[in-house]
Amino acid sequence: MLTLPAGLHSRLRERPPAPPRPAPPLPPPAPAPSSSPSPFAFAPRRLRLGLHHPLLEDGDIHRHLYLQGVLTSLAEVAERPKVSEFSCHISGCCQVFDTLEGYEHHYNTLHRNVCSFCKRSFPSGHLLDIHILEWHDSLFQIMAEKQNMYKCLVEGCAEKFKSSKDRKDHLVTVHLYPADFRFDRPKKVQSGPKHVSSPVKQGVGVPMDVSMETSEPFPVDPMEIGPSENMEIPHPAASPGLGVPEKRHYKSRIPSTICFGQGATRGFKGPRKKV
Amino acid sequence: VLQLLRGVQRGSEDRKSSLGRLRRALQNKETQQKFVRLDGSIRTLIGLFTSSLADMQMEAARCLHELSHSSDPAVAEACLPVTSYLLTYLSGHSVEFTELCLYTLGNLVVESEAVRKQLLPQGIIPVLASCIQSPHEAVLEGLGYVLSQLLQAKEAPTEIVPLVLDSVLPQHMLRLVCSGLKAGTGAAVEFAWCLHYIVCSHTANAVLLSLGALPALTSLLLDMASEIPQDAPEGLELLVCPVLRCLSNLLAEETGCEGQIQDERLLIALFLILQSFFQQHPFIVQECLWLLNNLTADEPFFCSALLSLDLLPALLQLLPCSQMAGVLVLTVLCNVAEKGPAYCQQLHHQPALPLLLPALALPDPEVVGQCLELLHLLFLHCPEAAADFVRQGGHRALEQHQSTPELQERVRALLDMVGQPLGASTFSSCHAALSAFS
Repeated sequence: MLTLPAGLHSRLRERPPAPPRPAPPLPPPAPAPSSSPSPFAFAPRRLRLGLHHPLLEDGDIHRHLYLQGVLTSLAEVAERPKVSEFSCHISGCCQVFDTLEGYEHHYNTLHRNVCSFCKRSFPSGHLLDIHILEWHDSLFQIMAEKQNMYKCLVEGCAEKFKSSKDRKDHLVTVHLYPADFRFDRPKKVQSGPKHVSSPVKQGVGVPMDVSMETSEPFPVDPMEIGPSENMEIPHPAASPGLGVPEKRHYKSRIPSTICFGQGATRGFKGPRKKV
Repeated sequence: VLQLLRGVQRGSEDRKSSLGRLRRALQNKETQQKFVRLDGSIRTLIGLFTSSLADMQMEAARCLHELSHSSDPAVAEACLPVTSYLLTYLSGHSVEFTELCLYTLGNLVVESEAVRKQLLPQGIIPVLASCIQSPHEAVLEGLGYVLSQLLQAKEAPTEIVPLVLDSVLPQHMLRLVCSGLKAGTGAAVEFAWCLHYIVCSHTANAVLLSLGALPALTSLLLDMASEIPQDAPEGLELLVCPVLRCLSNLLAEETGCEGQIQDERLLIALFLILQSFFQQHPFIVQECLWLLNNLTADEPFFCSALLSLDLLPALLQLLPCSQMAGVLVLTVLCNVAEKGPAYCQQLHHQPALPLLLPALALPDPEVVGQCLELLHLLFLHCPEAAADFVRQGGHRALEQHQSTPELQERVRALLDMVGQPLGASTFSSCHAALSAFS
């Protein structure tokens, strides 16, 4: 038990802070000793410590254990309370759900960033904006002939290009995007063959359906095809020589016993005891 | 494993349960490795991950999350094609899904430099910078986690920190840390650790100081100290620790910024924190003492506050806590003593000697050495202390160290100091001359 003088808590709450008491004056510097140099080397010095300084090690361990422990106590995802089946209330969407979380996710990914012109949905507002500009802005094509209008898809990159292909090349070479990035398909030139055509002619930013037999029709255009079997997907590029991955002491990663998904309600609970 | 993959690739009614089985199987390390080696496996997962069927998409995301746990860098690298999609979805609206993507990214970042090397040009920093404006606590906490892992990369000081500093991230991080007691403590913890990693890289401090980090974090420390012991949330030390570190390192910059925080309540806060945490979380002791050193090293303000607030007894009680604590306590006391006679007198009248004498008997030479330095300063400025020291048996306490190599010179010098009667300074030059012959 550390004994402290009384009344400290209330002094802490005093506002504003009392003006600094005048400190006793410092002595004039002592005259240099005429005899042999002193073996005492102390000089006050503010310490600046780097990431791996031994003083920090115990605290780092505690941090690591926290990350492991907090996330270990999250519940397994499978046990979601089921409700009686209900369907999405957006007209034209017939998806059915038996958990609220499933519905929430569906709604947030499919019925949020939706183009009001063509009803396609996009993973983000950013991609939606680009889509509207390139597909539904009547001036766009005209202006594109004179200046670079195709914006880079990467947030924070201000580059613009004169064609969709140039933009794609930029995405691949500068931003290391996959060549078949699903949210960058050039706009179809012809107005709509009903059969499954070559993958290249997909609309920009259309969320791809995996081709599968499902009984639920979707609000998305039936021309969109699933990617898996008939797409060219380049193999992940072999990583060039990387050297040994750095072995840090306390890599805090979510341990594999965690499966995610408590959703937005999880608040800070500190290191929790296992239930 | 091949079976599981085929089950998922086939477009059948129970694809969702196949995916569920795959996810559970991927909790196993070897399955993870086998899976990524199968032709088309990641491609299939990506297809499902980007599908418009919400359930499928979520389950595929969970599979990817399982893969991200692997400690085999080859698995992380197999996930390279996924990163652009993970980033794209961070700007979406589904909170649970975004959270999942964030933690998956964070895990991948830890294991693989190749992933980090790809994520930077893919624009992870600007995406995180827009995400940090989300109102959802769960998203913010996941975001903090990703950033905290990114910032610990070995290439962080040169490759990552500059990008972060160039964005709006620092000001939002500071804001979220400082509001962490009222709402979003989990996120505050993450961002506090992020700030610590940034400050440690030593390239950032001008930016952080200009954002008002010093007064903001000081104020937060005061608030945290007033919360304890009554309303302290469990785990508060996880927020206290990085804040202490940031303050200490920021103070160590030579920009003369300490004038900003000449507030003795900071000392009160430090000791209240010490009192609450030192038994359950002993690591807090060295973290607090480091800050105390940086506060007392140069300016006399905190040295006098330490004395006038009567905090010395508590400080001395920390001496035996650990070797590191002992050295730091004595260093702080040296900081105080070095300020001159007035300080030394007060120290002496605590009284300090009854606690310092036992310190001389401690086994660690570094602790004893620091004690000798303190005694030297004390005797220099306060001859009365030297006399009392002898009276209390100091001679013997010193003599036990006469043959310890790193201590003997100082021990002998101290013995000389206390061996002289007051005012007999003419003896000192004789002594020095004599010892030159022996």
